[in-house]
Order: sequence, then structure tokens, then C-alpha cells
Amino acid sequence: MGMTMTQKILAAHAGLETVAAGQLIEAGLDLVLGNDITSPVAIKEMEKMKVDGVFDKDKIALVPDHFVPNKDIKSAEHCKCVREFAYRNEITNYFEVGEMGIEHALLPEKGLVVAGDVVIGADSHTCTYGALGAFSTGVGSTDMAAGMATGKAWFKVPGAIKVVLTGSLPRWVSGKDVILHLIGKIGVDGALYKSLEFTGDGVSSLNMDDRFTIANMAIEAGAKNGIFPVDAQAASYMKEHSAKTPVVYEADEDAVYDEKIEIDLSALRPTVAFPHLPENTKTIDEITEDIRIDQVVIGSCTNGRIEDIRCAAGILQGKHVAKGVRCIVIPATQSIYLQAMEEGLLKIFIEAGAVVSTPTCGPCLGGYMGVLAAGERCVSTTNRNFVGRMGHVDSEIYLASPAVAAASAVTGKISWPGEL
Amino acid sequence: MKNAKGTVFKYGDNIDTDVIIPARYLNSSDPAELAAHCMEDIDKEFIRRVKKGDIIVAEKNFGCGSSREHAPIAIKAAGVSCVIAETFARIFYRNAINIGLPIIECPEAAAAIEAGDEVEVDFDTGTITDVTKKTSYQGQAFPEFMQRIIDAEGLVNYINNR
Ligand code: SF4
Repeated sequence: MGMTMTQKILAAHAGLETVAAGQLIEAGLDLVLGNDITSPVAIKEMEKMKVDGVFDKDKIALVPDHFVPNKDIKSAEHCKCVREFAYRNEITNYFEVGEMGIEHALLPEKGLVVAGDVVIGADSHTCTYGALGAFSTGVGSTDMAAGMATGKAWFKVPGAIKVVLTGSLPRWVSGKDVILHLIGKIGVDGALYKSLEFTGDGVSSLNMDDRFTIANMAIEAGAKNGIFPVDAQAASYMKEHSAKTPVVYEADEDAVYDEKIEIDLSALRPTVAFPHLPENTKTIDEITEDIRIDQVVIGSCTNGRIEDIRCAAGILQGKHVAKGVRCIVIPATQSIYLQAMEEGLLKIFIEAGAVVSTPTCGPCLGGYMGVLAAGERCVSTTNRNFVGRMGHVDSEIYLASPAVAAASAVTGKISWPGEL
Repeated sequence: MKNAKGTVFKYGDNIDTDVIIPARYLNSSDPAELAAHCMEDIDKEFIRRVKKGDIIVAEKNFGCGSSREHAPIAIKAAGVSCVIAETFARIFYRNAINIGLPIIECPEAAAAIEAGDEVEVDFDTGTITDVTKKTSYQGQAFPEFMQRIIDAEGLVNYINNR
């Protein structure tokens, strides 16, 4: 019986010829990731384990990004715990404020993940690296602790949904619209326990930032991971960013899929997920009433990359954020921030009346830098619009692409650039 | 494995980790402090009324969203002895097992059991008994590997014991 791309990577890391959906395996890890929220719990757990130290100081990445620069004393204590652990164990890939970025934008940029890797991260959006043809998935802190201690993790081999992409995206439609469309179609548990295997001619028309966005939100469909085939574009991205050698796996011809979904990229429209679930999607054409907004957030591990920042700046250039709206732009990493500065994008934002923040998760999880009050509405390029996610339980989050977010900032209501 | 017995708190579909333990409290990792805010955005009464041994019953995709282990930790520290759901989100599922919070999937039980029912769960067999309604359901028993982790009260002890 044939295997999917995900199954092949898992089999190779478990030292097995073949694996099948449902099988419990133990796999070797190429990288273990944690942030300032999940690592302190993992460190505490690891200290209870009878081990001398970490399994490999080069294969652990610690990225304080959620509440940094420290938002309060408790966050400062957590970051201190992570920092001291990193120094004590001589962790190579610890990223301090000034070098950090949002973990899932940072790791590919630093070349820490390549095709064929198995990566676990104590953060649900670890599935982002599937864009590079790696198997990566979110786990909890205890898994992270066990991973740091032993270099291994247990997995149940996932079944798969094959997502065949055809055509290419129209103007103002991006990777965010692709994944929101898919989640709207299959629901927030539509891919529960499964891998989303993207394939088809349409893949080559998506730039890497679009692919990162799509793989990033696989978890929002309940998936264990999302994964893309490695084409010339992915290969050249890895060559540019990493000294590691990618190992390319391809799905077998006779791989077994539980379901097959086709998406014609050229038929997609700008898509918005309404409160309070990512599956409550409407295309811009289906939104008939005016939805007034109070805040716009452009950033996060989903849409804080350079293409996203460029797109938003292109729309805000020469325009102004609507009266009564706060627009917050957060480049996801220091290098994206610098690039945006060099390209003059930060100036565009500031002249348009937006604020630009140092890289942080901040408002995405209601941490700081843009928390919502009761009754407020936000258009956000982040990935979750659950009750209370960005602040008060009576606030509302509308998930959208950078193009829709920037256009909405200009008009003060949910809009797309076609309306400007 | 031990059995669970207690009064049921009932919730619907897609109970996400942001309502189980809101991110604004994640600057703490102390179980008691996390438990004090467990479920507060959807059920303010929960933490006031929950007693040791009580059981949560929910519908589809319980625990979806973030990977925060703080969610099952908060539930366990609140005294809950078992969570029964139609399905669980996968990271929550593995987190619960890794910290030794028993969870069990059973669509029939999730649909029929109501808030306030007295329920008993036999982990070895996967049998769920609604004592109030005098009905019982067959949930999925854990694979042996996971039973060993839960028996050891979590992955840490499991690794230490092996
Ligand atoms: S940006 Fe948001 S979703 Fe991404 S890692 Fe940070 S908190 Fe999580």
C-alpha cells in the first residue's frame, strides 16, 4: 500500500519501511521548538526527568515571542526562566529580543527547518513548516520536554486529505483566502487527526509566503499538519536560507487518501472569517451590510511576512487610516522589519496613520499591543477569532488577508482593495 | 487504571483552549492559579461549583486551538476526573494523556448525557455509565501504550520508569 508524503517522512524517522494511518510510532526529531509561554512549563517538566541535559543543543529552538519585549513582571519571569535554561544548556538557537521574531516566521528564515525534517513545537502553528516539505506539528509542553530530553516523540500516523490546487490566484486574492476558503468548506474539525496534503499545478503559482500562510492554518481545520511538495521555488528558498540539506519525499502514486478536495485558485475571492470561528467564512461579495470596525491588525505568524507587509503598504500608500480606526502593523521578524524599512514601507504606514511595532505576537492572542474592549471589532490577519482571543469576551474578530485588512483600515468598514 | 465518578458539566462543540484558559492568564503556569480561571469565559459558574471527581462532557472537537498544556492542566487542577467528548482536537488529546488527565471519545455518551447527571467511567473497559439515567455506553478504550502513560500519571514518569 502506498504512503502519503507525511507518512513517508514519518516512516523514515521511525526507522520503518512503511507505516499506515492509525499506527503508533516513535520518531526521531530534527528540531524541538518552544516559546515564552510553553517553554517554562516544559523546562519544569524536563527537570523532573532523570536526564543529564538536552539531547542535542543544536536541535532545540527557543523563541520568546508571545509577550516580549516583556509585557509585565510575570512575563519577564517566564522569559528569564527560558533565557537561563538556554544559557545553562548552551542552546545554539535561542533568540533574544533584538534577534527574535515570531517563531514560525523566524525558523524558516534562519534555515532551521528544511524538507524531510520532523519538527515538533510547543505551539500549535508549528505546522507552518509544511510549506517547505517538512513534517511539523504542534504539541504540548510535556511533549516538548520529552523531545528536548530524548530527541524523540510518539505519533499516531495520520490519514490524509488530498487538496488539489489548480489555476492561479486573481489579483487581491492570496494564500490567506485559499486557507480560509478551505476551512469554510470542511470546518474547524474537517481534517481532525489528518494531514492536509497540498498538490496540483496550482502549487507552483503560489509564492513561499502564501504557502507558509496556508500551512500555518492547517491546524484551524483540526489537521495534524499541512504539507506542500518541494518544487523549484521551495528548493531555492531553502538554498538561500539554510546550510542544511533538504531531503525530498514524494507521495506514492497509490497513496491512500480519506478524501480529495479540488480548489480552483482562479475562482477564489477575498474571504473573511466572521466571529467566532475560522470556519464562518464569507466572500467579500457575500458581505452585504456595512461592518464598521475599530481596529486593524496586520501581522502574526500567519501574515507578518514581507509579501504581506508589501501588500498592505501598497494599499495604504498615499491614503489614510479612517477616523476612529487604529491600525497596527507588526512585521514578524527583525529581518522583515529591516527589509520593510529599507523599502520605505514603514514610512508609508506611519504617514497613513498606522503604528508599526517591533516583532511580537502581542495582540494576536490578546496579550498586549492592541487588546480589544467590549463591543469592539477588529479585522485581523491572524488565525483565530475565538471568543475573547484578542481581548474582551464581547469583542469581535474578523480574519482576513493583508489586502482586505489594509483596505478596511482605509474605509473603516470591512472592504477589499477593489472598492478603493 | 482507576475509575472516575462525578457530576457532569456539559458543553457543546468546539470548546477551544482560549475559553478553557484565556491567554490573558498565561503569564502564570501555576496549576491552582490556572484552575481558578478555568472555563470562565463561557461558564462563570464552573469554578464555583466544580467538585473533586466531577466530569466534563462535551460534543465535537473539544480543546481545539492553541497547544497550551495549561488547558488540560487547568481542568485537572480544577478537580475534573475525566473529560468525555464526541471528538477531541489532537493537541489537546496528546496533552491530556501526557499530563495524565483521562479523556475518552464516545459520540453516543456525548449526545445523551446531560448536565448534572451522575456518571461513572471504567477506564480499563471504556464503559461509561450514566447512573442518573441508568444507561451505559461503550467508549474507546485507550491503546495499551497510552494506558501506560496515564497509569504513570503522565509522560514524565513514564520516561523515568522505562
Ligand atoms: S502570532 Fe499568534 S498564532 Fe502565531 S505564534 Fe504568535 S500567538 Fe500564536
